Amino acid sequence: MYEFDFSFLNDYMPDLIHGIWLTIGMTVASILPGFVLGTAVAVARLRGRPWVKRIATVYVEAIRNTPLIIQVFWLFFGLAALQVHIGPFAAAVIALVINVGAYTAEIMRAGFQSIPRGQLEAADCLALSPFQSLIQIEVPQAVERVYPALVSQFVLMMLATSIMSQISAEELTGVAYMIQSFTFRGFEVYLVIAVFYLGLASALRFVLMGLAEVSFPRRRRLRTPL
Amino acid sequence: MNEAAIPRIQSKDSPAMSGSSQPMVRFHNLRKSYGAVEVLKGIDLEVSSGQVVALIGRSGSGKSTALRCVNGLERFQAGELHVCGYDLSAKDLNLRNLRQDVGIVFQSYNLFPHLTVEQNVTLAPRKVKGVGHTEARELAKEVLAQVGLSDKVDAYPEQLSGGQQQRVAIARSLAMKPKLMLFDEVTSALDPELTGEVLRTIERLAADGMTMMLVTHEMAFARSVADQVVFMHQGRVWEAGPGDMLLDPQTVELRQFVGSGL
Repeated sequence: MYEFDFSFLNDYMPDLIHGIWLTIGMTVASILPGFVLGTAVAVARLRGRPWVKRIATVYVEAIRNTPLIIQVFWLFFGLAALQVHIGPFAAAVIALVINVGAYTAEIMRAGFQSIPRGQLEAADCLALSPFQSLIQIEVPQAVERVYPALVSQFVLMMLATSIMSQISAEELTGVAYMIQSFTFRGFEVYLVIAVFYLGLASALRFVLMGLAEVSFPRRRRLRTPL
Repeated sequence: MNEAAIPRIQSKDSPAMSGSSQPMVRFHNLRKSYGAVEVLKGIDLEVSSGQVVALIGRSGSGKSTALRCVNGLERFQAGELHVCGYDLSAKDLNLRNLRQDVGIVFQSYNLFPHLTVEQNVTLAPRKVKGVGHTEARELAKEVLAQVGLSDKVDAYPEQLSGGQQQRVAIARSLAMKPKLMLFDEVTSALDPELTGEVLRTIERLAADGMTMMLVTHEMAFARSVADQVVFMHQGRVWEAGPGDMLLDPQTVELRQFVGSGL
């Protein structure tokens, strides 16, 4: 009979907490820049000059059709080869922003395209500049329409941080691997880690849905679900 | 509706127009094509300050296209168009400046659904003209009173009827203090009762001296409100005159059109 042994929880608690913080840190640091980059790329794909559109398309397709870990290695070792030295945390965040930006761009593109043309014409006729129209009219509505998809994408990104120990950013999965190699209690360790990820993902969803309550006053007032 | 409670529209004089009797809108032999199809075949038309001009005609006669040329939504290939002192064929035309003087209301309202009525109305004055927060609130009160919707300041568009939404759209244009208002079939999506409330709003604006061009299928309304009715047919101004010309059409085409419309 297999005997469970969770004593590592006690012995390695500081390492686990450090790992959790690193996972949270990478996620939080990547969400806003990733969203801004993705939105900008979506606008570039929809409104840019032909060469801008082409660059945006190449970026989106290149990122969405290659593994994240290859992108991370390429950035981390590539920059090192160019004598640009950044820490593993910074490299991880940059890679995540570039990665999630491409997916966000596609989600936001759908959001922008769902806005009736008449509204943009009305904004034009009220003498709003294209940028004012984008910020005041288009982005708020696009975000509102694709919000659940954005939340899923950011949760996926949080889970994807689990590969970052490969460039020695010792996040939660990296810590788990380290504990497992000392204790040989892989079954228990990865069970606990999975529960931690489940908790983190639920918390992230909860926070992002709470943000929606604050950000979309119309939904709050009229009680329309997202 | 208490007529006395409705504030009058302040008309400003455009610097380019003051001291002259220039018409506010002047089409001269204006031509427009979509590819090989010529939709406007030489339009001549003048609208002077304070006038109400109704454009009528069948679908495809070019009346909406002509109207949309006035605020630069449609470009044209030949001829001249002057609006509020702006030359619309000029290469360096500043459309945003023109559009601060020319308001337009569409058939499909095109309100911003994520903003309240007040936010819809004050967005452009705040962002384009830099009107302050309290001043914008006052402005919203003023223009919403003009369209009889003072009690809907905090409502969202989807909580309003079609007629109310259209009146908010009118208020939103008025908030920019335009010199000229364009109405593009603004009642075509509404039932007769809601049509009535929107038309009464437009009538009041006319009585207040607003210069207006409207594309409409409401013949009785065109006759009673317009100083000039313009019947368009096949991309041309076919017949034009005071509202009563509808009672005594000079051309077969207008006779047929009026006969089918009333």
